[in-house]
Amino acid sequence: MITTKNLSKRYGDKLAVDDLTFSVSPGEVLGFLGANGAGKSTTMRMIAGFISPSAGQVSVCGYDIERSPVAAKSCMGYLPEGAPSYGEMTVSEFLDFIADVRGLRGDKRRERRAVVVDRLGLAAVIEQVIETLSKGFRRRVGLAQALIHDPQVLILDEPTDGLDPNQKHEVRRLINELSKDKLVIVSTHILEEVHEVCTRAIIIANGRIVADETPSALEARSRYHHAVSLRFEKPEQLEAARREIALLPEVAQVESDARELRLTAVPKPGANTLAAVSAIITKNNWDVPELHLEAGRLDEVFRTLTQPPGSGVSAAALGAGT
Amino acid sequence: MNQVLVLFRRELRSYFATPLAYVFIVIFLGMAAVFTFQVGGFFERGQADLQPFFRWHPWLYLVLIPAISMRLWAEERNSGSIELLMTLPLTLWQAVLGKFLAAWCFAGIALLLTFPVWITVNYLGSPDNGAIVAAYLGSLLMAGGFLSIGMCLSAATRNQVIAFITAALVGFVFLLAGFPLVLDFVRGVLPQSIVDAIASLSFFTHFEAISKGVIDLRDLVYFGALIAFWLAATALVLDMKKAE
Repeated sequence: MITTKNLSKRYGDKLAVDDLTFSVSPGEVLGFLGANGAGKSTTMRMIAGFISPSAGQVSVCGYDIERSPVAAKSCMGYLPEGAPSYGEMTVSEFLDFIADVRGLRGDKRRERRAVVVDRLGLAAVIEQVIETLSKGFRRRVGLAQALIHDPQVLILDEPTDGLDPNQKHEVRRLINELSKDKLVIVSTHILEEVHEVCTRAIIIANGRIVADETPSALEARSRYHHAVSLRFEKPEQLEAARREIALLPEVAQVESDARELRLTAVPKPGANTLAAVSAIITKNNWDVPELHLEAGRLDEVFRTLTQPPGSGVSAAALGAGT
Repeated sequence: MNQVLVLFRRELRSYFATPLAYVFIVIFLGMAAVFTFQVGGFFERGQADLQPFFRWHPWLYLVLIPAISMRLWAEERNSGSIELLMTLPLTLWQAVLGKFLAAWCFAGIALLLTFPVWITVNYLGSPDNGAIVAAYLGSLLMAGGFLSIGMCLSAATRNQVIAFITAALVGFVFLLAGFPLVLDFVRGVLPQSIVDAIASLSFFTHFEAISKGVIDLRDLVYFGALIAFWLAATALVLDMKKAE
C-alpha cells in the first residue's frame, strides 16, 4: 500500500510536484504518465525516499518514508531513471552486493538470485563488468536489482526505456505476472504500454494530477472513442465515401488519409456510428477490406490533457501528422 | 550482515577494480621515497629513525588524499548511483561510515606498503620501534582527518575537480594553522589564547607530537573529534542535498 498526501516539491521558484494525493493498493499496476519534466521522476524519487518532499507525506507499506526510511525502503524495490549501477562491478558482484544490503541469506538468497538471473536473462553476462554491457542489459540488471528481494512494492521509473521490442515485451510480461499480489508503479511515456500493463493510469501535467482512471476510461475520453475506421481499395470510392459519411447525422467529422486510403468517422457524443457506416457501405457496395471500431486514442487524450489549449504545437497540428 | 560492513567491502573492492588503487599506491610510495631519501636526507643524517620519512607525510597527504576523497560522493552523484545507494535500506550514517572506513582502510594499505623503509632503518641501525609504530598510528590518524574533510566536500558537489581543489584548500588551512611562520605572524596581532587555539586546530601540532613517539591522549582525541565532526558534516550535507 502506498499513500501520498498533499505531496509537493519545490525547486527554487518552480513547483515541480504540486499537492499530489493518491493511494495505490496491492494488485494494482499504476501507470504514471506525463510529458518530460511534468514531475514523474520527482514524485517517484520522493516515494522511494531519495529526495525529501517540500510538503506532504508518503507512506509505503504503512511506514512514513521520512520517519521510518529503512523500514519503508526494505519493503520496496526501486529502479531509478536510467538504471544506474556500479559500472566497475560485474553483474554477479553487483547482485551479491544488493542481496547483502537487502539482508538475503542462505537458500532464500540463492533461490532469489537464480530467479532474477533467469527471468531477466542475465546468465550470459553474469561475469561481465556492468559498464561494458549494452543499454538494454544494464536496464535488466537494474530490474534484477529491484526485484531480488521479492518486494511487496515496486517502483519502476521508465523500465522499458532503451530495450528492444522483444525485451520490452518480456519486461511487460514480467510486470503483469508480478502484479497479481504486488503493487507496481511504472512511469512511462510509451502509451501503448499503459494498455498492456496498467490497471490504472495517472496523468500528471505541471506537477498536478489531470486524470486518474483506468486505461479504458482514458480512451473513452478520446474523440476517437467508438470512431469507425475503414480502408478502401479504390481512391474514387474513398472520395465518395468521404462525402457521404460526412452527411450521416451520427458523424461529427470525417478524417481521410489519401495515401493509405484510410478514412475515420469521428462520432458525435453517444452516437452509434458503426451501424450507420456499415449500412452505407452495403448500400453503395464499396470494397472495404478493413473496418474496425476504435477504442479511443491514448496519445490524443494525453496531448489534450497535458498541453494547455493554444500552446506551442497544437494538438490538431500534431494529430494531422500521425 | 552489518550494513556498514557490506558497504565497506563493496567500496574497498571498487578501488582495486580500477587502476585508481594501483596508480595511487605507486605514486604515494614513489613520492614518499623521494621525500625521505632525496629531500629528507635519510642517509646523510646518520640517525637510525624515520623522522625524514614521517615529516613529509602532511604534505604528501595534502595532495594525495583529496585524490581518494574527491570521488567518494561526487562520482556517485555524477553517475546517478547515489540514487540507488540512498534508496537501499541503509541509514545515512551507515552509508557515510561504510564509505569513509573503506577509504581510510585503502589509505592505510598504501601507508602499510611503506614498510621497506622500516626494514631498511632496522637493518642499518637500531631505531626505537615503539616510536615508529606510534608515528605510523599518527600518520594514519592524520590521513583519516584529511579524508573526512575531503569526503564532506565531495558530498557537496557532483564535480570531482571541485571536490579535489576544495579538499586540498581546506586541508592546507588545517595544516598551515600550526606552521611556525603563521603562528609567529598572528602572535604579533592576536592574544596568546587565540594563537594557542589556532595552533591546537592544526594537523601539524598534533602529528608532530605523535610522530616523535609521544602518544598523548589529547592528540588522539583531537583526531577522533576532527573525523567525527567532518563525518557529521558529511551526513548533514547529504541530508540538505536530499531536501534541496
